[in-house]
Amino acid sequence: MVNAASVSVRGLRLAARAAPILGNPLNVVAIALIALFAACALLAPLLAPYDPLVQDLGARLQPPSSLHWLGTDSLGRDIASRILYGARISLVIGVVVVVSAGVFGTVVGLIAGYAGGLVDEALMRLTEVFLAFPALILAMAIAGALGPSLTNAIIAIAAVTWAVYARLTRGQILSLRQREFVEAARAMGASWVRILWHHLLPNVLAPLMIQASFDLGSSIIAAAGLSFIGFGAQPPTPEWGVMISEGRNYISTQPWLSLFPGLAILLAVGSFNLLGDGLRDAFDPRLRRSD
Amino acid sequence: MRFLGFLTRRIVGIAAVMVGVSIITFAISHVIPADPVAAALGDHATDQQIAAFRAEYHLDRPLPEQYLTYVNGLLHGDLGRSIRTRRPVSDDLFDSFPATIELSLAALLVAILVGIPAGVWSAIARGRLPDHLVRLASLVGGSIPVFWLGLIVIGLFYYQLGWLPGGARIDTFVAPPPTRTGLYTIDSLIAGDFEALRSSILHLVLPALTLGYFSTAVIARMTRSSMLEVLGQDYMRTARAKGLQERLVVMRHGLRNALIPTVTILGLTFGSLLSGAVLTETIFSWPGLGRYATAAAIALDFPAVLGVTLLAAIVYPIANLLVDIAYFWLDPRTQRG
Repeated sequence: MVNAASVSVRGLRLAARAAPILGNPLNVVAIALIALFAACALLAPLLAPYDPLVQDLGARLQPPSSLHWLGTDSLGRDIASRILYGARISLVIGVVVVVSAGVFGTVVGLIAGYAGGLVDEALMRLTEVFLAFPALILAMAIAGALGPSLTNAIIAIAAVTWAVYARLTRGQILSLRQREFVEAARAMGASWVRILWHHLLPNVLAPLMIQASFDLGSSIIAAAGLSFIGFGAQPPTPEWGVMISEGRNYISTQPWLSLFPGLAILLAVGSFNLLGDGLRDAFDPRLRRSD
Repeated sequence: MRFLGFLTRRIVGIAAVMVGVSIITFAISHVIPADPVAAALGDHATDQQIAAFRAEYHLDRPLPEQYLTYVNGLLHGDLGRSIRTRRPVSDDLFDSFPATIELSLAALLVAILVGIPAGVWSAIARGRLPDHLVRLASLVGGSIPVFWLGLIVIGLFYYQLGWLPGGARIDTFVAPPPTRTGLYTIDSLIAGDFEALRSSILHLVLPALTLGYFSTAVIARMTRSSMLEVLGQDYMRTARAKGLQERLVVMRHGLRNALIPTVTILGLTFGSLLSGAVLTETIFSWPGLGRYATAAAIALDFPAVLGVTLLAAIVYPIANLLVDIAYFWLDPRTQRG
């Protein structure tokens, strides 16, 4: 009985939180696009009409047709199939970067904000150092130093992304740690781990989710950018940045080689950014009023 | 006095960050698994050549010693010698920096000239077609890969329409102006060379629009949101009640106040411009820091990569400092505390 009641209360809370998000039609569009993107990524082997790596030199540089919906590239590979498989890679990049950078940065921010004093000072100086670098230049230096590969590009992007989460979390913790519910938990003898995990973290999740939504998109762009200049995924991997780079020399004669992978990036990143905007409006009443 | 205290604190903070920056750039370049010697000399170098190379670049010393040598050099303006170009890195940076500054400033100009009016227009027409169009254009601007946009505009405006040049800083048949600032547009003006001025402006259009689109989107969104907040303030109602024309109310009372938050993000925008410049310069064969950095990183040219990263990490906080100073003067509340 108690369980059923708590489940229904939890359900009601969830519905109350989801209402402002789903009440905005733009958010529904964003969620639908993200679902489509995820479906393409997960079902690529079923949806793709051709093997993304198989070359067919007899059918090279074909314009879009009923046989090849988005045309073929300079080695006769089907662009639509490569874009579908590329969605898998982009989704993995976005999720791995956001989860690793988000978790690391949040832990750093929680510790800095809660501990205060010298620990806070040292961790925030470290954060400032990472924020001083223009992200792509630092990511390029790291990816160049580790050697060009998709894994190293992901490490590089995560390394320049975590600091934002640290600063964001720390700022939230500073405003929360003197609040009554934290004082009460402390007075009841809760350990600092318990206070951080059960009392503070749930209250900083909303801004972190908004940031994560934007970073899912920006990490896809950053990884594609690194691959484009040769520091990320390597040919023949069907990664979108690699595909744009491969189409570069054909931009005057066969523009579809670069056009469609770029549109795929724009659509995927745009839907994450749209969702980020929607989450921000839903979670921040001040912004909702001004929007 | 308050200003001096503020300035001193910020400069000390930047100096501390610079120490951290130098440690990180150094660590990145010296904990790598790839071999810089093989990259510079190839696979057929003799043992003597390798030893001489390692000695010349201090690669045979312990890491702390290499770092101290590096910092000592930095303090004397010595960034080492590029493995790829065989020139002092400071000379290479000095040569390529003006091209990046010219491109970034042009992009920033585009962002300000387009972004602010678009944001104001969007706020005034809230909920109507112009607002939706500006918001859509801002969403696209924040989501579009700059290197792809560069390729598409080259394909369209250079290859298909033939309206604008698709790369380089100036026409091959036009002599660059004598170097004063390193910025071709300014140098052409100083020299009174209008052929060079025309050519350098035309060459700047596509890369500046490409690089500036993201910042335009950021500035338009920021201006729209702060303008919406300002439009609801009591002093706006008072200005209207006084019988002022709507245009004057918006421009004199609204925009001046709405611009304060926009100014604060200009510094941050400059950082994203530097990142974007790497890819834009690669696409447009623009001989600036970005193209230099890419070529250096591909060649495992550590001193050069360190130099660019360090310079970028110095420019970014300094740009933010300048913006903070502007903010300090713009907003009287910060001076009162």
